[in-house]
Amino acid sequence: MGKTILTVDDSRTMRNMLVMALTNAGHTVVQAEDGMHGVEMLAQNPGIDVIITDINMPRMDGYMFIDHVRRDPQARTTPILVLTTESEPAKKQRARDAGATGWIVKPFDAEKLVAAVRRIAP
Amino acid sequence: MDSMEVIRQGYFQECEELLLAMEEGLIAMESGEADAETINAVFRAVHSIKGGGGAFGLSHLVKFAHGFETVLDHVRSGVLTPEADSIKILLRAGDVLADHVNAARSGRALAADHGDDTVADLAALAGGEAEEEEEGGDPFASSFTPLRLDLDDDTSTPGTPGMPGWRILFRPTGRLYAKANEPFLILRELESLGPCEVEADLSALPPLADFDTDRSYLGWTIRLMADVPRAAVEEVFEFVVDDCVLEIELLADPVADIELPLPAMAPQDAPEAPQTPEAPDKQAAPAEAPKQTIRVDLDKVDRLVNLVGELVITQAMLTQRVTESGLARTSLVSNGLAELEHLLRDLQEGVMAIRTQPVKSVFQRMPRLVRELSVQTEKQVHLVLEGEATEVDKTVIERLGEPLTHMIRNAVDHGLEATAARIAAGKPAEGTVKLSAEHRGGRIVIEVSDNGGGINRARVREKAVEKGLISAAAVLTDEETDNLIFKPGFSTASQVSNISGRGVGMDVVRRSIQDLGGRIVINSVPGQGSRFSLTLPLTLAVLDGMVVAVGGQTFVLPLTHIVESLKPREQDIRPFGRDRSLLKVRDAYVPLVKVGALLGVPGSQPDAAGGVVILVESEGSGRLALAVDQILGQRQVVIKSFEANYRNIDGIAAATILGDGRVALILDVDGIVSRCRADACHNEDIELAATGTGP
Repeated sequence: MGKTILTVDDSRTMRNMLVMALTNAGHTVVQAEDGMHGVEMLAQNPGIDVIITDINMPRMDGYMFIDHVRRDPQARTTPILVLTTESEPAKKQRARDAGATGWIVKPFDAEKLVAAVRRIAP
Repeated sequence: MDSMEVIRQGYFQECEELLLAMEEGLIAMESGEADAETINAVFRAVHSIKGGGGAFGLSHLVKFAHGFETVLDHVRSGVLTPEADSIKILLRAGDVLADHVNAARSGRALAADHGDDTVADLAALAGGEAEEEEEGGDPFASSFTPLRLDLDDDTSTPGTPGMPGWRILFRPTGRLYAKANEPFLILRELESLGPCEVEADLSALPPLADFDTDRSYLGWTIRLMADVPRAAVEEVFEFVVDDCVLEIELLADPVADIELPLPAMAPQDAPEAPQTPEAPDKQAAPAEAPKQTIRVDLDKVDRLVNLVGELVITQAMLTQRVTESGLARTSLVSNGLAELEHLLRDLQEGVMAIRTQPVKSVFQRMPRLVRELSVQTEKQVHLVLEGEATEVDKTVIERLGEPLTHMIRNAVDHGLEATAARIAAGKPAEGTVKLSAEHRGGRIVIEVSDNGGGINRARVREKAVEKGLISAAAVLTDEETDNLIFKPGFSTASQVSNISGRGVGMDVVRRSIQDLGGRIVINSVPGQGSRFSLTLPLTLAVLDGMVVAVGGQTFVLPLTHIVESLKPREQDIRPFGRDRSLLKVRDAYVPLVKVGALLGVPGSQPDAAGGVVILVESEGSGRLALAVDQILGQRQVVIKSFEANYRNIDGIAAATILGDGRVALILDVDGIVSRCRADACHNEDIELAATGTGP
């Protein structure tokens, strides 16, 4: 079942890779370039099923963005996947503490990404 | 190109932008102007380059970026306070990172030890942590280690021939739900491993009235009948392992242990209030809306530029027809046309502005160049950049990089004195090279200046005589002497250095600038330094021109070259040599050239005195008087390239279409002047002739 997924990442390359992997798997992608933009996109697109977010971003980073989503009565139950790298255990922990549902380790392949989405979204 | 390749190309484009942002930030740090967000931005740039690099398997790049990022992370978190020396290392690391990106882009490998000293320096800054962290600081990594199970030896105890499997006790806490995890999905995932028997423990459910939606009341016991490794089961619970009670045991006797007692729900399982994340290290940036941009195919913009050009021509034709039809200037039609012309000019400017970009992209390459030069020449150099936001046509920007690089090289190598000489001259040991850009009167002026020794005119002259560029007796003004350095093959460096090359630089620089429709002027004061000013058009598509008639033809002279126009008097024209003549303009003699004769246009005024003379000036080559029949007017014309449509013609720069629909040629004033005034030798003859016969 195709889902509507919000991707939040300041790197154009990463956004492109996410779009390619997710759309090939039949999902619809809404893109945002940083946390602040993510908040706006979330408000404009009520049907978001899953959020995938980076941590290091300008204006509003991933932790604040996750926190924001978890405080938003409309969006608080939306599953959030965090993009991390293997060498950032502290970041993974912090993202988890902020309310991330799960994480994807970069660099990811399309299959892993889609599987992670399946694991957290009905 | 497949979509992955498109993304790869996009990655390298993004890298370029990120590298610029990184360098800009590092330079701000160097000058002590960096705030927390600047350092963050540098970190993010390196982080993003690393992230994309990982996706494309650029392991060398990723490895280097990782060490770099670790140091930046320390700076960002305040563990490390960057000193001047460490910032130098960071700048160097930035250069090495750029090398890695370029190597990956071009597909060639860097030397195995490339940047090794920088890697070592970075590791020293990071206190050796960079390596450790990579080795295995990740406590979660362990959960990925596959555990090999030898079922024959271990699991099937004799007498229990049942299917091997796992019994899993899973009791979520409220936190699990708060993070939007869903037990149902976990159970579904478990089921994908093999058949499951699931039993829910409802014993903790309170009466409905006492129900707290933020708490967790359910638990499950799952019997997974599948021969799968433990790690596969653990992976299913990967996201929730911290937010539940989880026990995974080998299923020894599939029948006997269904009634395993659930551990009593511990009070600490009570849900915590939604946790406040650690105080973020920066406030949400004040909502400064980012500039919205779109990426447009350049061809589309150029088509628009062309269309507007055609529109301007059509409007000019219309205006002319209306004028010819005898309508009064005050008529409504004429007023409307004037308004149209006004709007068209705005439209044209607007369209042209689409093609413009800040010169920053070129300027930003220079700090690295100067750093490298500073090392090679052992001179201390401070580079000052000004007016990076100045916008210029994209084509101009693209073709500006090379000449500017040459000029900066020259400024550091030839312009600035060696440190000892500077100190001896009572100057600060550190030399300054300044690169600036600004808009001035519809053109852009870019200046490269240094506070070095200035041009050594005696040496320049000596060299020029030695090379046979001028005769020993030539009388040259300071300006003319300075301009000798633009001569092909001229070099004053006593030793040819590998930095400024073999003196082919400056004439190439001048040529490129002239090709862009620009001029270059030297201003040098002995002992105080030199300033090279480049004056460039904002756009290459339109030009303000003087329309003149020669014979039956119409020509356009670029206004930027015109000094004045005058009616020559018979007695001011003097024959010179076999077929040349000179025109006396006030007290100076200027070579006089009849455009008709030069270009072979029939029917032009045989006698210059019968027409009009336009005094033109070419940067570096001096002045020339061009004799034409008549001046028709002054207007903005749209340049139609000759080379693109036909081929290059000497003396003609381009063509345009006039208001009446006729094609007119635009004269290449620089070309004509330099051809007619050949060189300084020639110039000297004229000077002699002028002094010999003048009043």
